[in-house]
Amino acid sequence: MEPIIRVENLSKVFDAKSGRVDAVRNINFEIAKGDIFGIIGLSGAGKSTLVRCLNLLERPTSGNVYIKGKNLMDMSGKELRKTRRNIGMIFQNFNLLMQRNVLDNVCFPLEIAGVKRKEAKERAMELLKKVGLGDKAASYPAQLSGGQKQRVAIARVLANNPEILLCDEATSALDPQTTKSILNLLKSINEEYGITIVVITHEMRVVKNICSHVAVLNHGKLAEKGTVKEVFTNPKSSAAKVLILNDEEQDKFSGEVYEGNVG
Amino acid sequence: MWDNTVITMLLEGTRDTLYMTLMSTLFGYVFGLPMGIILAITDKEGICPNMVAYKILDFVANVIRSIPFLILLILVIPITKLVVGKSYGSTATIVPLVIAATPFIARMVESSLKEVDKGVIEAAQSMGAFIPTIIWKALLAEARTSLLVGVTIALGTVLGYSAMAGVVGGGGLGDIAIRYGYYRYQTDIMLLTIVILVVLVQIMQGLGMLLSKKLDRRRR
Ligand SMILES: Nc1ncnc2c1ncn2[C@@H]1O[C@H](COP(=O)(O)OP(=O)(O)OP(=O)(O)O)[C@@H](O)[C@H]1O
Ligand SMILES: [Mg+2]
Repeated sequence: MEPIIRVENLSKVFDAKSGRVDAVRNINFEIAKGDIFGIIGLSGAGKSTLVRCLNLLERPTSGNVYIKGKNLMDMSGKELRKTRRNIGMIFQNFNLLMQRNVLDNVCFPLEIAGVKRKEAKERAMELLKKVGLGDKAASYPAQLSGGQKQRVAIARVLANNPEILLCDEATSALDPQTTKSILNLLKSINEEYGITIVVITHEMRVVKNICSHVAVLNHGKLAEKGTVKEVFTNPKSSAAKVLILNDEEQDKFSGEVYEGNVG
Repeated sequence: MWDNTVITMLLEGTRDTLYMTLMSTLFGYVFGLPMGIILAITDKEGICPNMVAYKILDFVANVIRSIPFLILLILVIPITKLVVGKSYGSTATIVPLVIAATPFIARMVESSLKEVDKGVIEAAQSMGAFIPTIIWKALLAEARTSLLVGVTIALGTVLGYSAMAGVVGGGGLGDIAIRYGYYRYQTDIMLLTIVILVVLVQIMQGLGMLLSKKLDRRRR
């Protein structure tokens, strides 16, 4: 079966004042429909750049990005805008419109897609109930907690029934408890609608919790990829080893502290 | 000397000043708002970077803004005559006022729009929004309180400029202040016009700030 996302020889070079940065170097991978695909790596590894290339928010320097077999690099502006409606994106900072209430934030992508006002409002309300914020429709983002803001962002991103959802550090601004609830929500969305989810994170527990597959980025290169089980039980690349083993050590460490406190 | 003619004169002066200020600011925005939008979106970090367009508008704005208003007033007399048919009086003063206000307003609009969170723009782009939609629904809508503060500042500045036009018979309170205070040494009338100018600025400032606060939804 054709993978829903296929990345081919993808590279991105930034020509910054401070010099040339090879943020993404010749990366190849594919993601099957319905997967929850994690991308991990140290800060600066190129995770955000890579995911922004998947909907061409960042135009790759070279290489191709195929969504359902169609190359984004060959698309006209109009075709690209249409394809983007099928690729939702959520962000670390939520990026809600601060001057619109919650309901109108969820209506925003529907307005962009040209859906009638009444229909849009009904759909938005339905989605807000779905993410557990039916009672917050008239609130403004400034009145919500981080977790609630991310729920609004998730309702918003679901409005156009996307087949793909890109999440760039979607839980990194949230506490562990809230992170868990957002991850559960993402997982239920994946199961219920079969949406393919790409999760960028530096938190290993996020990957362990919800991902089926994972790719490890190191200095812009793809160090390793596979199922979460394969990579986490038997990391081959040194980059993966560093990330995964360090994380386990930290878990052990915080475990000891915890036990110490109790004992 | 506080007879009816003086009062009538001051009332008419206030009316003319308000007329010049409001019309000039209005037309200033007719030209300055699009100019500010183009400056904001064509800059390097904007949603459709275009260095040529940016540099041209940037240059025009800088040139006009560096000409002192009194000089500009005299410099554009031919244009004023062409547009209104004469070079003195309130209506004629609107022409140089608009020319001076446009780049000033454009700069304020540009800076208001550049304050909008880049993430929000990015979110709109990721939803497949068309550029005019982003400008209207993300940039202008999110920047509205800052834009309103800009309108308030613009009104105050244009009011000040309009008073300067009194030097060349521009009409309004500035004209009265100069005719009575400077040429006829009637300081009391001059002081009175100043008081009226101060009150006008206070009212505009107060209303503008109130409105922009009312419309701001970022507070809890
Ligand atoms: N617009 C840009 N201009 C210049 N350099 C950039 C730009 N965006 C990213 N970079 C550089 O590209 C590299 C990869 O950045 P990227 O943001 O993709 O990393 P990341 O893995 O997402 O890191 P983090 O975990 O900190 O978010 C970094 O060295 C960064 O400085
Ligand atoms: Mg990042």
